[in-house]
Amino acid sequence: MSAAISTRVHQSTLDDANWVRWSLITVALGFVILFLCVPLLLVIIQAFSKGFGAYFSALSQPDMQAAMRLTLLTALITVPLNTVFGVAAAWAITRFEFRGKDLLITLIDLPFSVSPVISGLIFVLMFGAQGWFGSWFVEHDIKIIFAVPGIVLATLFITFPFVARQLIPLMQEMGSEEEEAALSLGASGWKTFFLITLPNIKWALLYGVLLCNARAMGEFGAVSVVSGHIRGMTNTLPLHVEVSYNEYDTVSAFAGASILAGLAIVTLILKTLLEWKQQTNR
Amino acid sequence: MSQSRIMPGFRPTISFTVFYLSLVVLIPLSTLVFKSFELSFDDYVNIITHKRVVAAFRVSFSTALGAAIIASFFGFIVAWVLVRYSFVGKRFFHALIDLPFALPTAVAGIVLATIFQPSGFLGKFLKENFDLQIGFKPAGIVVALIFISIPFVVRTVEPVLQEFDSRMEEAASSLGATRWQVFTKIIFPNIFPALLTGFALAFARGVGEYGSVIFIAGNLPYVSEIVPLLIITKLEQYDMPGATAIALTMLIISFLLLLLINLLQHWVRKRSGQL
Repeated sequence: MSAAISTRVHQSTLDDANWVRWSLITVALGFVILFLCVPLLLVIIQAFSKGFGAYFSALSQPDMQAAMRLTLLTALITVPLNTVFGVAAAWAITRFEFRGKDLLITLIDLPFSVSPVISGLIFVLMFGAQGWFGSWFVEHDIKIIFAVPGIVLATLFITFPFVARQLIPLMQEMGSEEEEAALSLGASGWKTFFLITLPNIKWALLYGVLLCNARAMGEFGAVSVVSGHIRGMTNTLPLHVEVSYNEYDTVSAFAGASILAGLAIVTLILKTLLEWKQQTNR
Repeated sequence: MSQSRIMPGFRPTISFTVFYLSLVVLIPLSTLVFKSFELSFDDYVNIITHKRVVAAFRVSFSTALGAAIIASFFGFIVAWVLVRYSFVGKRFFHALIDLPFALPTAVAGIVLATIFQPSGFLGKFLKENFDLQIGFKPAGIVVALIFISIPFVVRTVEPVLQEFDSRMEEAASSLGATRWQVFTKIIFPNIFPALLTGFALAFARGVGEYGSVIFIAGNLPYVSEIVPLLIITKLEQYDMPGATAIALTMLIISFLLLLLINLLQHWVRKRSGQL
């Protein structure tokens, strides 16, 4: 259908002149190449600037390995929690009417509009040495700030809305007729969810999980505030990249960056596939 | 949507939603508000009106504004080209637009710093040929924020441009309007609310951005020090009241921006007849 439309537009006098078309394409692509392609290429060039050997030895350093493990651990905790939350919130919001629904939706989106640094700061204010619960945790010898729990909490906050935000508009649009039909025929609530709702929302759910995961693994500002940058202990991969860069260890910094850039590329490819799936499923 | 009596799971899902929301978001955020009550109003005003703090706010807002304007201009052209024209590699470029959403900000930060620092390949070129320094200057912050802003603008404008009713263009042109008149009188006014929303989203994100900025900014107090960095500096000096007061001010401004964006989006939907 789009081909038919485009030939019609091509033939009409409505179309932009050729010189306009080509100059706009040049400007747009020039801009995209300068700001998006060049940075991506440069990560690879810098990572391999001292050869494959240096690249792989940078990746196998114990501190780098510890940073990767911590990043994976953080994502493994935060993504499932926020996914369960996203599904529950979407179910409550789209399947029932209640007062304060709009407020609830606004509150769920809140973390998106808070600066990452402030997202970290609030956990320092809560659990830091001078914080609200700080002294209690110090007495019981539990470390939250400058330790892994703080990193997990800050990441939970930052990635909080991703899944819910994908599911709410979709489930709103779908309506609940199919589920009501299943329920009135005697299916249980769980059965209805797994056999009717889940198949309908699976691509959007995966899409939300994908974005949530990318942010959980890549978050820098919030994690930077609560981590304390202890090498091999509380450095996530983005923080290890920062520390290496500031110590002029370019190969390590860009080797770590190349892993994160690879993650971003995989995310973009899966995202494109999921968008395509969602469109064809409608 | 009618309330259905047979639909199960309201109580458990709403309870969990509210409980988890409070635990992860509301209680932590409220600490910022309560902690700032420990300050007297005079203390608060003193912290906020300190020269270095005012300078940081000026740097953050002016660079975010500049970046959002530049990104809106180019982002509009990119969206236009992606929707209206066909060319080789269009799908690739289309997917690439979201890179700033997917690429961790620290990676963006070190890469842009490497490109634009005075010894970097673009930084050197600009320095030698145009005597222009971008890295370690406020201009560097603008560059980093343009990178962050691109998808906000493109992804807001694109769908509106896609659904734009070309019959309006046809009608205008059959009544004798030139192509330029069609663009300025028909197309642009209809796209403008979406462009403004994209601009506001980019601006709001830019004001709070940290990771991609600090490597390229040079972080010189009064010149290229952004507000998020100043908050971290205060924290590292154990100046909790300072950090809290600045953060609260940022938070209030962010919420005002959020309100504005919601009003804008409401307006966009109303104009495009979705309400």
